[in-house]
Amino acid sequence: MGGLVDLAKRYWATIWRPSRHFSLAFLVLGGFIAGVVFWGAFNTALELTNTETFCLSCHEMRDNVYPELQRTIHYSNRSGVRAKCPDCHVPHEWTAKIARKMQASKEVWGKIFGTIDTREKFVDHRLALARNEWDRMKANNSLECRNCHSAESMDITRQSPRAGNMHSAYLFTGERTCIDCHKGIAHRLPDMGAALKSP
Amino acid sequence: MRAAALILLAAFAAAGTLAYAQQEDRMRGTVPVADETRPPPLRNPENKDVRRERAYSMQPPTIPHKIDGYQVDLNVNACLGCHSRGRAPVTQAVAVSVSHYMDRDGNFLAEISPRRYFCEQCHVPQDEVKPLVGNRFVDVDEILRGAPGAPAATRK
Repeated sequence: MGGLVDLAKRYWATIWRPSRHFSLAFLVLGGFIAGVVFWGAFNTALELTNTETFCLSCHEMRDNVYPELQRTIHYSNRSGVRAKCPDCHVPHEWTAKIARKMQASKEVWGKIFGTIDTREKFVDHRLALARNEWDRMKANNSLECRNCHSAESMDITRQSPRAGNMHSAYLFTGERTCIDCHKGIAHRLPDMGAALKSP
Repeated sequence: MRAAALILLAAFAAAGTLAYAQQEDRMRGTVPVADETRPPPLRNPENKDVRRERAYSMQPPTIPHKIDGYQVDLNVNACLGCHSRGRAPVTQAVAVSVSHYMDRDGNFLAEISPRRYFCEQCHVPQDEVKPLVGNRFVDVDEILRGAPGAPAATRK
């Protein structure tokens, strides 16, 4: 115990002792440049994990959820805008993004131990996996939907009457959020009967 | 006798080929059956949400809106998300008829009868297209009214 305290004291003293060989300018500028390099590398690596290519590098994503997305309007449509995996599944704002990335470490765990490495395992976990995303989007008021679809720019006179009615009754009043009604728009739904039985 | 039959057969075959070559199909145009036609572009289904008249009283009503990507399978029936008994009051959609809760012996079930589960077997969206062939269908009401052009109603 005493040895540990001594060690800590020695390191403390070393850290705070003025430099003997390096100039102040070298240390300040060097520190600054090293910081820039570190920050750039960190963000580059972060953005690398935020690409569709990265998501699809795992067969769990490539074989299960991706082919389902390909059949939906978020993949191919008249105006040619495509929502890719991170557009909906990773918050765009930095703090929330880092928080999500930290949560995603659990998904790395799942990947290593093959939690959903077969189609059967994936189907068994589908409800739980879907629930994670439903709960996340419910909690952030469907933020990822609203990054593209904002209520302010929604012209309900251009919608079908039933869509317009539902949006004015539930969306504009804030009574419901996007994900409450629009589940399963980009992937197939899990067993919804089971979902109702165990809320 | 045999020669005559052969000649007759050849004549029929020739006539048939001629008729076939000249035939104009409403869908294929004059493109021969062996060749591939250029299909007309896909259209958007009518999406007005206005209920259409049934052509006859037992006709399954057609769907007056788009159903693109609606999932109807073992996991979920997207149609029932609005049209089920419990959801209809919220969505103001037409609730599924009581007949759909009956099995084929007329016993009422708690849930939609499995034989009625796949809505699109009977209910379909409509496109605004010109019918390819004419038809002489007359609404039974017109027949009963004895409207001009309608076949007379026969009574026993």
